[in-house]
Formats: sequence, structure tokens, C-alpha cells
Amino acid sequence: MQQLYPLFVAIPLGVAFLVLLFPKSLTRVVEGIVAISNSILLIMAVILIGHAPFSYFVGKWEPPLGITLVSDSISTLLLLVINIVGILSLLYSFKYMEMYTSKIRFYALFMLMVAGMNGVVITGDMFNLFVFLEIATIASYALVGFGCEHEELEASFKYMILGCVSSTFILLGIAILYSTFGTLNMADLANSISVNGINKAVLFAEALFIMGFGLKGAMVPFHAWLPDAHPSAPAPISAMLSGVLIKACGIYAIIRVSYHVIGMTPLIHIILMSLGVLSMVVGVLLAVGQWDFKRLLAYHSISQMGYVMVGIGLGTPLGILGGLFHLLNHAFFKSLLFLCSGAIEYSIGTRNLKEMGGLFKRMPVTSGACSIASLSISGIPPFNGFWSKLIIIIALVQAEYYAIAAITVCVSFLTLVSFIKVQRYSIFGDLPEKFKKSKEVPVLMGAVLIIFSILCLVTGVLYPFFGDTVLEMARDTIMDQHKYIQLVTHLM
Amino acid sequence: MTIYLMCLLLFVMGLYCLVAKKHLIKKIIGIAILGHAVNLFLILVGYKEGGVPPILFKDMNQEVFSQQSVDPLPQALVLTSIVIGLGVLIMMVSIALRLYEKYKTFDTSEINRLKG
Repeated sequence: MQQLYPLFVAIPLGVAFLVLLFPKSLTRVVEGIVAISNSILLIMAVILIGHAPFSYFVGKWEPPLGITLVSDSISTLLLLVINIVGILSLLYSFKYMEMYTSKIRFYALFMLMVAGMNGVVITGDMFNLFVFLEIATIASYALVGFGCEHEELEASFKYMILGCVSSTFILLGIAILYSTFGTLNMADLANSISVNGINKAVLFAEALFIMGFGLKGAMVPFHAWLPDAHPSAPAPISAMLSGVLIKACGIYAIIRVSYHVIGMTPLIHIILMSLGVLSMVVGVLLAVGQWDFKRLLAYHSISQMGYVMVGIGLGTPLGILGGLFHLLNHAFFKSLLFLCSGAIEYSIGTRNLKEMGGLFKRMPVTSGACSIASLSISGIPPFNGFWSKLIIIIALVQAEYYAIAAITVCVSFLTLVSFIKVQRYSIFGDLPEKFKKSKEVPVLMGAVLIIFSILCLVTGVLYPFFGDTVLEMARDTIMDQHKYIQLVTHLM
Repeated sequence: MTIYLMCLLLFVMGLYCLVAKKHLIKKIIGIAILGHAVNLFLILVGYKEGGVPPILFKDMNQEVFSQQSVDPLPQALVLTSIVIGLGVLIMMVSIALRLYEKYKTFDTSEINRLKG
């Protein structure tokens, strides 16, 4: 496995440029190629579960000279999430993307985005992280504007401007770290910082990173692009963006930089927690009044990322575990919700909740999946969202942050209210006359919805079977900065 | 020190252009200036006054060379970052042109269909 590790980037990157060579008549072949390559990535990610951590030196250049790829349990967790959501969104898009022209370019951009995200997760070098981040986000700019209509182009441009500012700030942060310590390897940087202590330059770099990665992860007050960009993309891409991109490029990068490279201080704990609480509250308050289905979901993404950030920022073992568990769960239920909104749009051609109603009679599979996802996100047992929210709240109470725990419960309640509204207006109620003849979505799309629904239930109920190997090991990795340094630099 | 301040000035100018101007193309120029300011900063990190290019010829003394030569790594980084910047710039210009086709204007205050 160790020697195959770079394939996580090489396969999708190669496939992305390979499929562009095919003519339009061979779209079926291209679909086969991308499906197979994504399945290979998923199988590789599954094999990595429970694998001992290792580091791979690209071109046999040893650290701190060369680029290092690091495999530990936190990157394995993210690889799993990216590739599960990736393959399912891809299967869904085979049928869904027939609404658009040039499917082959769509698959090329999709694979490019997967390559970028896999790269962000496996790399152990600061500048390499920046490069992969740019690959993933540039592909996502193009995918947001894929429809080339008024709203889509506007959202894409807005996203691009803000994304570029955040990338510039991240690069500036990397430049400041390099000028201070003369190295770019994360473990080597971490070593230098722990020896020399955190000085003003490091704090400034950390501030730039929190701003830059926070913008990619749509933390309030850096969230302005997300409610425009995520609804404008095609549904499978909305699922990828909300389900994985904001986690891999935002949350994961903040975790890696704050916990492993720079090291946590009480100040950083407080900043991350306040960002989390702000996102949680502002996101849900803005979501309640929305009538566009996808826009409502996008605001909930901001709010749910707030939960993850509160857990991560809290820094106690239980808090981090809750944050990571909620990250995993959010990937599944939010992707499912976006795919459901896409399925409804595919059948009846609208996203406005006021125009829908009574879809339960015409589209039982989509409605069932939508209900399960709504129950998960609002935290109703036994679905997965309940358990992770419970863990976060217990962790907050244990750490004696009673006020934040109370806010968390209130936000969860508002989420429930908002999703009762969704259910009431879309699934139940009276079926409007013009939708009497609407049909259920095609089998493949329905199957993807069912698989995601099962995942929502399984990750909640079967936690004892995978919790210790996937989540608790990832938590231990996050908590142990010294082990991360040793993993890469043991040969130095 | 002065040159770092000038670099900061360039950075602030880019940010100002990005925030204050309403024309799409001017915003893109702002992004480009911002990117160049950071690239300049990276180059300055590796720069030494009176330094020689980081190429070791056979007749050079290694120790003297390592003291005199500038740091080559930031130059490689800047090269990568310029290429990425070019990609983003092309993307932005093409989207701006598409926006112009749809809205018949470059003014951001008139491109405002997304609200709420």
C-alpha cells in the first residue's frame, strides 16, 4: 500500500486529462472509465482503514528537502469521506447531467476536483497543500458556473473573487512561515515551532491561515459566497461541494495547521470556538426564512460546519471525537439532501418550496430519502446526526461551557423547525395540478439516494463497529502532535 | 526595510482595488496586483544583497558559494504560484466575458440577481 499511496492523486489527475481526448460519441466509455477509477480510489481508501501510519517520500527525496506524503488516521478518514461521496455523486450524475451539454468536460472537472481534494488530504508539505487546494478550488469555480446561465455565472464569479483572496492570504502565511523557519515540510515546521515557541510571526501566519481556510470552509464571517455558489452548481456538484470540499479544504486544513503544525494555544482554542458558535447561529437564522430548497440547504451547511468547528475548537478528546463524527455524518446527510433537491428539480423542474407539495404520492423513493436526511440533520434518534450532536453537547457540558451547550441545543431545535417546513411544503400537503404526471427519478439515481439513506442510518447505529478504528484513532492522531513529527522525521 | 513596506503598499493597493471598484475587470486587476505583491514578498524572502545566482560552477568554492548565493527555493515557489495565478486569471476573464454577454454590463452593482 505504501508504494501505491501517490495513486490517490495520480489516478484522478490522469483520468481527468485522458477523458478529454474522447469524442462525444464515446460518452458511455468515459462514464465507465471514471466510475472504475473512482471505485479503485474508494477500495484503496477502505484498505487504508486500520493501516499503520506511514510517510512516502516523493522521488525518494527525504524530508525536509522533498515533498512528503503522510498517511495517518485523520487523512484516512477524509479520504474515505471524499471517495464515498465522490463515487455516489458520480453515479448520480450519469443520468442527472443529461440536462446539460458536454458531459465529458464535466467528468474531467469532477476528476480534477477529486484529485485536488485527495492531494490536500495526503500531503505533508505546506506549499504542496496550497497547490492541491488551488487545483480543487479552480475546478470547483468552473463547476459552479457549469450551467452558464445568469445566476450561475454570477455565483461563480463571486466565489472566484473570494476564493482568490483566501488563496493569496494562505500563500502569504506560507511565505511568512518559510521566512521565519526556512522549511516547508509540515513536520519539520512543527518541530521548529515547538523548539522556538510561538512568536509574533507564527501568530500572524496562523491568523492568515484561519482567515484563508475559514473562507474555504465558509465559517461566518467569511461565508458570503457559499449560499450563492452551492445552489448554483448542478446537484451532484452541490453534494460534492457541501459534502466534502468545504471539509477537505477548510476544516481539515485548519485541523492540520492548528493542531499539528503550529500547535494549539488557549487563544487559538477560543478563536476556533467563537468562529464555530457564530457560524452555527448565523447560519441557522439565515436558513429558516429561505424558500429556495437548495439555498436553505446551503445555509444549513454553514450552520452544521459550526458544530464541527465547536467540537474541534473545544480540544477535549470527546469534543474532537464529536466534531469528527459530525463531519462524517454531515458529509452523508447533506449530500443526500442536495441529491434529493436535485431529484425533485429533475422531476418537476422547480426548487421553490412554495410551488411543491404532495410529492410523497408521486416520488416515494425521493421523499423517503429526503425525510431520512431531514431527520438526520435535525438530530432525531436513531439517525447519525443525533449521536454526533449529543457527543458535542456532552463534551461542552463536561468542559463547563454551559452557555455554548445551550446555544447548540437551540440551534438544533431551529434546524428541526426549518426541516419540518421543508417536509410540510415539499413532501406532504396537496399535490399541485401541474405536477400530477411527474414521475419518480430513474433507477440509478434512486439507488444512490437509497444507499445514502442506508449510510445515514448505519453510521449512527453501527458506531461500535467502526468507531474505534476510524474515528477514535483519528482523534488520537489529532491530539498527538509529537507522534506526527516522529512519523515523518524519524529518519532525520 | 523600505522594500518590504513598498511590497505591503502594493498588497494594500490590490485589496483596495478589489473592495472599492465596481467594474469586473478592475476587480480582476486588483486580484492580479494582490497576487504579484505576495509573489514579490516570496522573492524578497530569498533575496540577499549582493547575492549571486544559485548555480554552482566547477571553479567555485562551495562554502563561499553557500554564503553568497540567494535562496533558490522561493524562486521555484513563485514560478508555481505565477502559473496558478495565470490559470485563475484566464478563468476569471472568461467568466467576466460570459457575464458581459448575459448582462450587457461590467458593473457589479447591476449584476445582482442572487439575493437572500
